[in-house]
Amino acid sequence: MPAPDPPPAPASEARLPAEPWNDPKATPLIKIRNVIKRFDGFVAVDDVWLDIYKGEFFSLLGPSGCGKTTLLRLLAGFEQPTSGTIEIDGVDMAGVPPHRRPVNMMFQSYALFPHMTVEQNVGFGLKQEHVPRREISRRVGEMLELVQLADLGRRRPHQLSGGQKQRVALARALIKRPKLLLLDEPLGALDRRLREQTQFELVNIQETLGLTFIIVTHDQDEAMTVSTRIAIMDRGRTVQVGTPGEIYEYPNSLYVAGFVGDVNVFEGRVVEAGKDHVTVRSPESGCDIYTDRGIDAVPGQEAYAAIRPEKIEIGKAPPADARFNCVTGRVFDIAYLGSLSTYHVRLATGEVVKVSAANRSRLVERPITWEDQVWLWWPPSASVVLLS
Amino acid sequence: MKSGFTPATVLALTCGFAFLYLPILLLVAFSFNESRLVTVWGGFSLKWYGEMLRNRQLMDAAWVTVRIGLVSASLALVLGTLAGVTLARFTRFPGRTVFSGLVFAPLVMPEVITGLSLLLLFVSLGWARGFWTVAVAHTTFASAYVAVIVQSRLLTFDIILEEAAMDLGASPLKTFFVITLPVIAPALISGWLLAFTLSLDDLVIASFTTGPGATTLPMRIYSQVRLGVTPEINAVSTVLIGFVTLGVITATLIQKRRFAEGQKRKA
Repeated sequence: MPAPDPPPAPASEARLPAEPWNDPKATPLIKIRNVIKRFDGFVAVDDVWLDIYKGEFFSLLGPSGCGKTTLLRLLAGFEQPTSGTIEIDGVDMAGVPPHRRPVNMMFQSYALFPHMTVEQNVGFGLKQEHVPRREISRRVGEMLELVQLADLGRRRPHQLSGGQKQRVALARALIKRPKLLLLDEPLGALDRRLREQTQFELVNIQETLGLTFIIVTHDQDEAMTVSTRIAIMDRGRTVQVGTPGEIYEYPNSLYVAGFVGDVNVFEGRVVEAGKDHVTVRSPESGCDIYTDRGIDAVPGQEAYAAIRPEKIEIGKAPPADARFNCVTGRVFDIAYLGSLSTYHVRLATGEVVKVSAANRSRLVERPITWEDQVWLWWPPSASVVLLS
Repeated sequence: MKSGFTPATVLALTCGFAFLYLPILLLVAFSFNESRLVTVWGGFSLKWYGEMLRNRQLMDAAWVTVRIGLVSASLALVLGTLAGVTLARFTRFPGRTVFSGLVFAPLVMPEVITGLSLLLLFVSLGWARGFWTVAVAHTTFASAYVAVIVQSRLLTFDIILEEAAMDLGASPLKTFFVITLPVIAPALISGWLLAFTLSLDDLVIASFTTGPGATTLPMRIYSQVRLGVTPEINAVSTVLIGFVTLGVITATLIQKRRFAEGQKRKA
């Protein structure tokens, strides 16, 4: 595999037309430029630039308080940016109130109208546009069919379960076929099983209707599952924007690497850096780490090598070539997760490395167990070198 | 928490209720008294209720009182709601503290002062005193009660509902009428009932601001009582107590049912 340069995404395979962000000729549906939002001196959104394209399922991912919900509310029009511009479908949204925007939102708490039935809730948006009554009832029927609530139309919100409320909220937000649907932690209140099922339904609905979704979430699994692209946010800024694969495989900082998935980090110094390789000497690991992905660094510079636990091999004998990317230590803990086991290995330097391996043989056979001396090794493509 | 009745709590409860309600019960009981003498029991009779209905002056006063109640409660509902919404929604504007103080001042202002100042106002404006001056006077203090109720209801109202309506294309004004008002309707109804009841009860402010042909029931009762308590007055008072109790109970039930529904929704 040829080594790609960091800024443009890996261009090894032929690009699918479904990735407009790699097409310089594509016009984004949403252009967020230099947007800053301050509340009483506190900066909630700090200089965000984003292009989001038609048909995307775009996630804003970050811990609570990172500004993702504020960004969503700026798009919906509930807040006005302190500075910067937001364009939706070529129209500058400055000063446009929420009820005149081609945007609908699904609220975290669902915000169903308690004094209306499910049908009235779902039809509310059409009624505001003075759509004829028969047309409304036909489209409400279709929408309830789509979210599998056809027989609950006459109920009131307090007679529904959490999952049903969530579907009503979705149907209500979708019925106007908005150019852009904003979802604020839409699955936050559901239990795990229902969540996973609903994630796939959301993606199906989004693809069927050909809409553009922006979802706010703090759940990295959810973002990975549903998104075309993810923006990782931290303290009001976007730290990295990319496809789930790019974010996971090529994080641009320790923050992103640690936020999405599990990672082992070795601190060290760059020994040698080239266009297609980097070598990092790390006293913590006790070995040199060689990566086949080049970065812009000079020898002697401080750097971090990040390696995902599932990319590390574990064995009781050393590998044939142990000059680099190989460490040894003792197993001091094993987390058995059914399909996987995670081994915690303590190196001679005291550093703990996590390795996860599929449980191909049964647990009772215990090929590797507590206090075993083990060797860990990984290929040059398994690690990335980060400078911050 | 365990809620058991011990002899001590039963005694305390009895004394408390007796203190509060025994005088009223006596009045109700004596309204069914056969005898003309108010304090001597002469057997059960409904004759004073008949007398009451035949008493033109009392009936006129009752009718005036009901009309004043309807007008002032309705005006107070509109004004009080506007004030309540302003106080709950606009948490920062110049003069907010003063505004809130002014809105709630009638709650603590001695009635004599309210009545006197309104009288002075009406005189200096040259308004002929009568039905409308009493109605306006009642509106001023009842608005404060409505404002308190509406404001406290709106503080628990989820503003996200309004955002959702606007997001779906409803203008802010339309949102207020189709979302906010229906959701807080129970508070509005109980505010109206409270205002109506207050107007029905009022003697002091009405005495200051009334004029010829607009004597309210409490005023009529008061002036008759000065000539001596008749069982007829007991009968009127019993009916009045009945109406007020009904109003207060209805207002409470409406609020309670709403609360229960809210609880269910959360569950």
